[in-house]
Amino acid sequence: MSSKQTVNPKLETQNSKPDRHPMDELLREDRLPHIWCSGCGIGVALTCFIKALQKCGLDLDKVVVVSGIGCTGRVAGYVNLDSFHTTHGRAIPFATGLKLANPELKVVVFSGDGDLIAIGGNHLIHAARRNVNMTVICVNNFNYGMTGGQVGPTTPPGAITSTSPYGCFEHPFNLPYLAAASGAVYVARWTTLHVRRLEKSILEALHKRGFSFVEIISPCPTLYGRWNKQRTGLAQMQYYHDQGVIRHGLDPKEADIGLHGEIIEGVFVHIEKPTFLDFCSDALAKSVG
Amino acid sequence: MKYWRKPLDIEYLKIPRGRIHILKERCKGCSFCVEYCPCDVLEISEEFNAKGYHPPCVKDEEACVNCGLCEMLCPEFAIYLDEEEEVPVP
Ligand SMILES: Cc1ncc(C[n+]2csc(CCOP(=O)(O)OP(=O)(O)O)c2C)c(N)n1
Ligand code: SF4
Ligand code: SF4
Ligand code: SF4
Ligand SMILES: [Mg+2]
Repeated sequence: MSSKQTVNPKLETQNSKPDRHPMDELLREDRLPHIWCSGCGIGVALTCFIKALQKCGLDLDKVVVVSGIGCTGRVAGYVNLDSFHTTHGRAIPFATGLKLANPELKVVVFSGDGDLIAIGGNHLIHAARRNVNMTVICVNNFNYGMTGGQVGPTTPPGAITSTSPYGCFEHPFNLPYLAAASGAVYVARWTTLHVRRLEKSILEALHKRGFSFVEIISPCPTLYGRWNKQRTGLAQMQYYHDQGVIRHGLDPKEADIGLHGEIIEGVFVHIEKPTFLDFCSDALAKSVG
Repeated sequence: MKYWRKPLDIEYLKIPRGRIHILKERCKGCSFCVEYCPCDVLEISEEFNAKGYHPPCVKDEEACVNCGLCEMLCPEFAIYLDEEEEVPVP
């Protein structure tokens, strides 16, 4: 929605070359530096998304980004595309409406674990069940970052958060398993360290017909890592390096994440089946011609 | 470079080269770029930017192979590469 923006003159390059970052064409440069903390992984997730957009060959005038509320939800405000910052938990129903009203659009939901899995969890499972044509990118930092680091449905058992000072007592959702069981046709998980594979998965997800889901495990050093023996973004990345295990095609049931255990990554589901729009157009063709 | 056997196609092989640009005022000093550069090209500088972070600086530009990993891992859109002409394998 925002048109061309001017380069901030304060941003000089080391080689004093007055040029731009190659991703700035898809960013609202005037809003950078963004609000995310030092070492936060959301910027890395966004980098991979932008890179995938630059390679995808889709008409970017028809790509729409929808976010809910949260630190991750700010993504909608940084991309130089048509984008919507919706209410908490409602990114998916909003995106469903966009897609049904204008099926030409490529609709991407980019939001956090709290937004998509807690308050918005029912929307997620039903959009996956219907195989609504959209790509959902979920940044999972195991907590509600924006509101002070509360425990949420993805927090690993035993993790300390601001509302679980004795450790989290709950079983978390395993997001690939949830998405796959609900009916998603593409399901992947990567950490923000595995940027090349993540970029490739986002690209595959963008080209998938139907409901595609990519989970991105991402550092939140300020409110999660700090309480859980990973004080910096770098320490969290190092954990992904040490404990990330790639298992393409694994039954996502096996991909639970424990507090300091392995993080199983890969593409778990990559199937074809009729989409919601296929059913709609078939039914309409039969009844109204 | 040391070889235990000289590769047969060594004459055709080329090493990519990159020129590194750092947008210092965007950097938040996370050091992802420094830590994960496979060729140890970057280091954290002594200098402060306006927000009080230490941006990275280039320690050894000759060693950069334009892999682009620093650009992908930077959460701040603060570092990027320009392709330079490839060089033959020494
Ligand atoms: C209806 C409603 N309830 C609660 C909130 C408060 N709230 C804002 S963001 C958020 C959680 C965000 O968590 P997540 O989606 O994981 O994003 P993160 O900040 O971790 O990226 C909550 C509970 C709100 N804005 N609106
Ligand atoms: S609070 Fe956590 S998720 Fe939010 S910007 Fe800071 S590090 Fe990122
Ligand atoms: S492009 Fe690769 S080799 Fe060059 S500085 Fe970046 S990470 Fe290092
Ligand atoms: S990765 Fe980016 S923000 Fe982090 S130190 Fe390097 S240039 Fe700065
Ligand atoms: Mg979160």
